[in-house]
Amino acid sequence: MSNWKKLLIEPLRKTNPVMVLVLGICSCLAVTAKLKPALVMGASVTVVTAFSNLIISLLRKGIPSRIRIIVQLVVVSTLVILVDQFLKAFAYDVSKQLSVYVGLIITNCIIMGRLEAYALSHGPGESFLDGLGNGLGYSLILIIVAFFRELFGSGTLLGYQVIPQSLYEAGYQNNGLMILPPMALIVIGIIIWINNSKTESK
Amino acid sequence: MNLFNLFLKSVFVDNMIFAYFLGMCSYLAVSKTVKTSAGLGLAVTFVLVITVPVNYLINKYLLSPGALAWISPRLAEVDLSFLTYIFFIAIIAAIVQILEMIIETFTPSLYSALGIFLPLIAVNCAILGCSLFMQERGFSNVGEAAVFGLGSGIGWLLAIVAIAAIREKLRYSKIPKGLEGVGISFIITGLMGIAFMAFMGFKF
Repeated sequence: MSNWKKLLIEPLRKTNPVMVLVLGICSCLAVTAKLKPALVMGASVTVVTAFSNLIISLLRKGIPSRIRIIVQLVVVSTLVILVDQFLKAFAYDVSKQLSVYVGLIITNCIIMGRLEAYALSHGPGESFLDGLGNGLGYSLILIIVAFFRELFGSGTLLGYQVIPQSLYEAGYQNNGLMILPPMALIVIGIIIWINNSKTESK
Repeated sequence: MNLFNLFLKSVFVDNMIFAYFLGMCSYLAVSKTVKTSAGLGLAVTFVLVITVPVNYLINKYLLSPGALAWISPRLAEVDLSFLTYIFFIAIIAAIVQILEMIIETFTPSLYSALGIFLPLIAVNCAILGCSLFMQERGFSNVGEAAVFGLGSGIGWLLAIVAIAAIREKLRYSKIPKGLEGVGISFIITGLMGIAFMAFMGFKF
């Protein structure tokens, strides 16, 4: 039981795929201007990572190692197609916002990294949890970055205004820089900095 | 659109790294020295110039709605666009594999320069992303798609060589402990991104 917990909790902070292993940065940055697409993206990646880990782990004894990359890509892209069609059917506006980044989940290094490093050598149950944990670790960073960018960039959270109108009347202005893509990099840089200095002091 | 215009736009304005963050993983992992990063940049450019036009043709004659009409009129209503991802990634993986074999046989010197990077490229998001952008923008002919691929590749090469050069110099500077390594690279990329935004003008 404690092993299960460890698989789920460790990727949130100690082996976080974004902060510590620096994987899956590409999509992490582009979808974080607003909180809502970030939530959807995090959920999609978590689903794909968990299930691709499960499937590859079930198939791991039958895949010849020379062609494993192709097999992995096919499994992952099938799952991504499912997610994409699902989003188009039930959350069309978000799927439009995410545009190509849903498709880019296929080449998200977190997924390939977990498949190579974990699913190929562990049982299905453990692999599923490992995928889930890493997906959640990724979502966590996505949500933190999106939270700050939306709060300071647009003064809203999930589309609702958070910063009171009276503050705007007193001369407060949204920081337009936060919506621009480069700020995502700087926010992540600062998160990594905080995380690193916390880990060191322990 | 004017081809030259499209080329400049894809190198600077729509830069793969600074505007879309594609291929960040290898961008951060391989940019320790200028030499290796130039090798990876060249390999990416090379693969993009080939995969984007091929995927353009695949998209035009196989996947987009009504694209199968050239086989027989009965197939004109088939829409295979939901298969885009799986086709594109399979094409990219196959082309990378073939290229690796061709380069290995005919130009061993180029192979030793690019060799280790080629397999990495199949899972570089810049390659798949470029094909997906190509599909989204709907170019009118193969030439435009090829120029777009070339421009994006050169933009990527430019970005990775620039950051590698900065990181080489950075080794001699004093950085706060927690920020060393990845942290500072992120912040530098962000600052470079802001500089690149000047090409499209700031919009607040």
